[in-house]
Amino acid sequence: MKKIYSFTKRPTISATSTIVGKEEKNGPLGEYFDCCRDDTKFGMQTWELAESEMVRMAFDTVLKKSKLCEDDIDIIFAGDLINQCTSTSFGLIDKSIPYVGLYGACSTFAEGLMSAAVYIETGFADTAACATSSHFCTAERQFRFPIEYGCQRTPTAQYTVTGAASAILSTKAESPSGVYVMEALPGIVREFGIKDANNMGAAMAPATADTIARYFSLSGNKPSDFDMILTGDLGAEGFELLKIMMKQYGYEMGTGFNDCGLMIYDLKNQDVGAGGSGCGCSGVVFGGYVMEQFMSGAVKDVLLIGTGALLSPTTVMQNLPIPAVAHLVRLKKD
Amino acid sequence: MQKSILDKEEYIKFAEHRAKRTNSVKNTAAAFIVGGLICVLGQLLCDLYMMIGISEDTSCSLVSISLIFLSCLFTALGWYDRLALIAGAGTLVPITGFANAVISPALDYKAEGLVAGMSAKMFIIAGPVIVYGTIASVIYGLIYYICTVLF
Repeated sequence: MKKIYSFTKRPTISATSTIVGKEEKNGPLGEYFDCCRDDTKFGMQTWELAESEMVRMAFDTVLKKSKLCEDDIDIIFAGDLINQCTSTSFGLIDKSIPYVGLYGACSTFAEGLMSAAVYIETGFADTAACATSSHFCTAERQFRFPIEYGCQRTPTAQYTVTGAASAILSTKAESPSGVYVMEALPGIVREFGIKDANNMGAAMAPATADTIARYFSLSGNKPSDFDMILTGDLGAEGFELLKIMMKQYGYEMGTGFNDCGLMIYDLKNQDVGAGGSGCGCSGVVFGGYVMEQFMSGAVKDVLLIGTGALLSPTTVMQNLPIPAVAHLVRLKKD
Repeated sequence: MQKSILDKEEYIKFAEHRAKRTNSVKNTAAAFIVGGLICVLGQLLCDLYMMIGISEDTSCSLVSISLIFLSCLFTALGWYDRLALIAGAGTLVPITGFANAVISPALDYKAEGLVAGMSAKMFIIAGPVIVYGTIASVIYGLIYYICTVLF
């Protein structure tokens, strides 16, 4: 399937929720998030359980904000970065809701929105939710070094966002936001030979460029048709590469073009390397900041491109290149 | 005119070439100063131990023990990694760096149990140093032995 999904049933976002850590709260978008905890363990024994707690909080918050209860949700699509997506499954353990686990690395939020919209479109669900999370310490432990290990970071390395986001899509519920998923385009796995796990932006840029270029060529739309075109977490390095690639594809991306990983932190004053990364990155930037922009009427038509580097600690150690995928969703408000 | 980076071969070359490198001058200076200060601290401790009447050999061992203790303490307090962000090799190369490499995974993997977690994972970073350090010293010993026999 290489065509754009155009949704006719208007899967509308009832609400979104965002839970973040201290570093994200201190960033330029701090005021847009629902809840922040200074305690990196969120009152739990381990960081893994802390991430699960964030998922639980995000989902409970989105239910509350959308004035729905568990029974109203037909299905939830969710995932995270940790082995076998346990942060998500432990976070949703007390919910009696059919669950489909997703692994799209940092593209999971866009993948979740797309999957939920597709389920609604087919009629198998009236109300579908999606959720995602990432935690600096769990990602650091799984993909890099122990937390207290003393080492320097490569300038191209990114900083995993401690954040969880959830959204509920429905055709039934009253939605004050009026934001609906209009179109989606699933990404194709692309690998352009980048092996450096400290330069994931560069690994993801080709897959992102491919998805965006395919979208414009299939839809006939131009970048200037949109108020905002946001990529997930390419960071400073990947985003620059993407800009060059888009130019070579023949698209002038304009001023509304930005990257969630660059927006969530103040790169000059926060020690975050090339910017934010992780599933939570595009999740909380969209769920917090972009939704607020929709509500205030500042934007009406937005492309969100979730970007995921599909590596594992094993593939990196075996010196394999990093495949990546980028899923696109178009969000609109009339 | 820039070459098209939509081609994989060109992309790898371009992306790897433009990736920002660490600032060697700044890092080397910071490593020199911080690493040097750790050594000065070691020397001060050594002088102090000798001043209170401990023999030179024992004082040297006590210096290592003290520095390892301080490194573990600072790691547990969450200070060592912050210092390392600036100091780089200055905190990595001295004995304190080795202690940090052992204690930081030990702290991290406490949650996975004392046997399969903490003690098994303690050497995930330091392990190679021990393995190749031992091999290197055996090779050095052999060369030294051959030299003494020949000359």
